[in-house]
Amino acid sequence: MITALEWSIIALSLKVSLVAITLTMPVAYTLAWVLARRRFPGRFLLDAMVHLPLVVPPVVTGWLLLVLLGRNGPIGSMLDNWFGLTLVFHWTGAAVAASVMALPLMVRAMRLSIDAVDRRLVGAARTLGATPWQAFRTITLPLSLPGILAGAVLGFARSLGEFGATITFASNIPGETRTLPLAIYTGLQVPGAEGAVTRLAIISIILSLTALVVSEWLVRRANGGGAHVL
Amino acid sequence: MSFDIVLRHRIGERTIEIDHHSDASLIAITGPSGCGKTSVLNCVAGLITPDFGKMAVGGRILLDTERNIALPIESRRAGYVFQDARLFPHMRVAANLAYGARLRGTGDASTQGAAIDADAVVDVLDIKGLAERWPATLSGGEIRRVAIARALMSGPDFLLLDEPLASLDKARSVEVLCMIERIQQELGVPMLYVSHDPAEVARLTQSIIKLA
Repeated sequence: MITALEWSIIALSLKVSLVAITLTMPVAYTLAWVLARRRFPGRFLLDAMVHLPLVVPPVVTGWLLLVLLGRNGPIGSMLDNWFGLTLVFHWTGAAVAASVMALPLMVRAMRLSIDAVDRRLVGAARTLGATPWQAFRTITLPLSLPGILAGAVLGFARSLGEFGATITFASNIPGETRTLPLAIYTGLQVPGAEGAVTRLAIISIILSLTALVVSEWLVRRANGGGAHVL
Repeated sequence: MSFDIVLRHRIGERTIEIDHHSDASLIAITGPSGCGKTSVLNCVAGLITPDFGKMAVGGRILLDTERNIALPIESRRAGYVFQDARLFPHMRVAANLAYGARLRGTGDASTQGAAIDADAVVDVLDIKGLAERWPATLSGGEIRRVAIARALMSGPDFLLLDEPLASLDKARSVEVLCMIERIQQELGVPMLYVSHDPAEVARLTQSIIKLA
């Protein structure tokens, strides 16, 4: 059976992933909208930066976070001095690492769905008296909802599985930053933990699968039978 | 109500040039396909900004590129009936109809737009039974009627109709044409009417802008 320790690992993983996704959603949607709808110099560069975590080795992303957000890093020292906020060796650090790693997947899913919203509908809304913001709120946002959900789910699944950046940036501290993948990895390093590893691995799979099924269900309910998350 | 439309706009190889002033309540814009009829409507609605333009409807200036005046799209009070209708697919017919009215607020004394009564529109266009339907379930004729009703209910100063009879069968187009005449007579909304069909235009108006 699942032990109390394993439950606490699951709870920590869910907490880290949920916080990461909640914080990343508005950022990801804004980036997705800008990349889908605006033409400006430097757009390619922004696009490349957003996608960087997808292609750079996660360990390198973790190291970059350490350099920038560590206690002596330019951003990290500010957070520490002004807000007393420390990310390194802390579960919030694990959430930040998960956020950064999930961002490209979330932006991609959301951007595709914003691209799919017919801009002529936005024009029609404007002729009916909608300001740009009202047109966004009543047309673009609801019509891109499937992409928002898809992005959230993909990001959540990605966060649950995040390993390299997390262990580099937030380290592998039991009860603080040891999420499911880190716990599985740790279990593999010591003899006699095969049972725990198996249980945690199965739970990882179940959680990811549940996330996908739930999102598919949400999208279908919102948009009728034809819409899909994946 | 008068239309004053002066514009010059270049799209690719083609230049659209119009200089038209008229007191007619319905002006038709005709010409072969691809000559820029829809672009003219887009310029009036504000979806396109022409290279040069001076436009006023009933004396209210919509655009004057020389004086750097350009009303934002949402302030032009144009009831635009697009050729492809552009009903919002995620809203039922009732919500589509209410969209413009809700944003502009009905009964606003500052809007000069003909005080159009929603019931009268529903009546004239015969769409009472469609309120709870989704746009995807409507027939071509129904879509067209709902699109016209949505434009009318937004409290427009004038209507822009882009080939409102296109893709309708004979019986349906006669029906819609009669409705447009009724709207003109009973609701008194001035219109710019795009069509490629000379017979259709001749039936409606003497005031014609011909594009080549």
